Amino acid sequence: MARIGGPAWLRARRAAAIERFAVTPLPTVEQEVWRYSRIPELDLAAYAPLPPGASSAVGIPEQLRVVLETLGARAAVVAVVNGRVVHVEVDPAIAALGVEVGRLVELDAPGATLGSISGAPTTAFAQLHAAFSADPVLVRVPAGVVVPAPVVVLHWTDAPSSATFPHLVVDAGEDSEVVVYDHNASEDVDALVLPVAELRARPASRLRYVHGQVLGPQVWQLGRQLSRVEQDASFSTAMVALGGDYARLEVESTLAGRGSAGEMLAVYFGEERQMHDFRSLQDHVAPRTTSNLLFKGAVQGRARSVYTGLIHIGKHAAGVDAFQTNRNIKLSEGAWAESVPNLEIENNDVRCSHASAVGPVDEDQRYYLESRGVPPARAERLIVLGFFEEVLERLAVPAAAAPLRSEIAAKLDRRDRQAVGAGA
Amino acid sequence: MAELVISGLRAAVGGKEILRGVDLAVRSGEVHAVMGPNGSGKSTLAHVVMGRPGYDVIGGSVTLDGVDLLALEPWERAAAGLFSAMQYPTEVPGVALADVLEEALVAVGRGGGDVAERMRFEAERIGFDERFLSRPVNVDLSGGEKKRNETLQLGVLQPRIAILDEIDSGLDIDALRKVARRVEAETEERGLGVLAITHYRRLLSVLRADAVHVLARGRVVMSGGPELADRLEASGYAGFTDEGE
Repeated sequence: MARIGGPAWLRARRAAAIERFAVTPLPTVEQEVWRYSRIPELDLAAYAPLPPGASSAVGIPEQLRVVLETLGARAAVVAVVNGRVVHVEVDPAIAALGVEVGRLVELDAPGATLGSISGAPTTAFAQLHAAFSADPVLVRVPAGVVVPAPVVVLHWTDAPSSATFPHLVVDAGEDSEVVVYDHNASEDVDALVLPVAELRARPASRLRYVHGQVLGPQVWQLGRQLSRVEQDASFSTAMVALGGDYARLEVESTLAGRGSAGEMLAVYFGEERQMHDFRSLQDHVAPRTTSNLLFKGAVQGRARSVYTGLIHIGKHAAGVDAFQTNRNIKLSEGAWAESVPNLEIENNDVRCSHASAVGPVDEDQRYYLESRGVPPARAERLIVLGFFEEVLERLAVPAAAAPLRSEIAAKLDRRDRQAVGAGA
Repeated sequence: MAELVISGLRAAVGGKEILRGVDLAVRSGEVHAVMGPNGSGKSTLAHVVMGRPGYDVIGGSVTLDGVDLLALEPWERAAAGLFSAMQYPTEVPGVALADVLEEALVAVGRGGGDVAERMRFEAERIGFDERFLSRPVNVDLSGGEKKRNETLQLGVLQPRIAILDEIDSGLDIDALRKVARRVEAETEERGLGVLAITHYRRLLSVLRADAVHVLARGRVVMSGGPELADRLEASGYAGFTDEGE
């Protein structure tokens, strides 16, 4: 463990986690939250954590520079390569407001924020993450501060057969406002990434988080995103998952304070043999809370996707509005999508709804476009792009949407080429 | 010169025969009105000619300048010069009309022009609010706005033959006049041929019909000049619905 380095308090946490991991069984598909997953395929022995200095990266890799350029104005940038922070820059005007962005070990010894939302690790992967997370990132906004441009956190993986454990903590102070863009990309390597994001919206704050995922086609991601929304705060998370071989994200939002509101949006689009796997929890603990979830997915080729989600209304959560919608477009015979919404209600004074659908491109929409003279493949392309637009047009970082749209269009183009190839 | 010829057309929906031998011919510059009681097969006729899924052709033919339309996909029928303005235009969330029209024009080798400019030009001619142009196709449009949107698309796509399925429903009198004038201008300036399905004579006061046909029980049971529309307005369809099976 010592070879990962870091301060003594962090090394002690890691040592405790590795001990617990050693005696905790890995999950199996018999557990509901792992049902339909590809977890039986995971061979942990195929991956190894990286010792310090294993990566020679200095500064922001070229592939991330391109991303940064498209994003335009930003308040701060952190670049994380193979799980380690390689670059931090904070706009001096933002730093002068007391906003802290950078390596958590430098900003928050002995790590009071680390695990403050996720709690003590109880599952095998949470323990593995705690054991090997080398270099957490902290974004902390003082009370009352409005950060005028997005804080950008860029994650890049290029080490073959590596296991990395990125960790991001966002702490939005009372009545503060901040937008965080978390970009996750990789070289085409066979890496395993276990990212964790802990997002805290303190009372009356406005925290908006966007997660863009364009990992290479061999990468496995087992991610978790945990948020806590306190009194009168408003929180939004939007995830765009396009890459990875098997990319899983557990997204849990706790409406912890009276009058808090959470919005959860996602777009995912798999091709070839990709699988995207989302598990959501809208946990209403406090009264007068609102949550609204909209996840939209598509699968083509032999891709698969899973969405399972739970709205939980606690005993004391009266006057709650909670909505959950999952829609999926199946673009080929060989593709497969599962959608399982769930409700668990312990208080009757609530307004709840859930809706889910899996099906081909809407026949009426396609016919309408075809009747104008648009060929079928082009019509489906427009409809799928339009289907995702409902989420993409709402991204808190509008500049991040353009390259993600391009990636979606590129996938549809590959589909068209395959269709032409198959017809020839 | 274009000619749409519908000959002995029979079609069924879910095994039930709706069209039972329809004969109609529409040439460039002509306006043919199709009237008839509810359930007589008017909309089915529009759907079958355009190729909407769910309708089974069980007999007859439809040709455009001799080309067998029934053998073509809907988009190919459009590419051949056919346009169908729908009675209930479909909402297509997230999709911009300009992209749809550009794709349609590209498919027939007429892309690359300034679609946005042509849309604005058409919108102005029929009093369609320009701010609707940036909305997703038909989303949050009223019934009348959707009809104007169909007319706008007709103007941009410039088909040779257009089927208008109750283009007048949902439009107020001023809007109806503008839409009808726009279509009438197409017939005069470009020789558009029109098959206009309608319940009301008022459409035909601006869009002047060369012929009026009564469709009842899946057949054209009477054809005449514009005066037939006046007679129907006065007498209704009582004489047509009683026909024995």
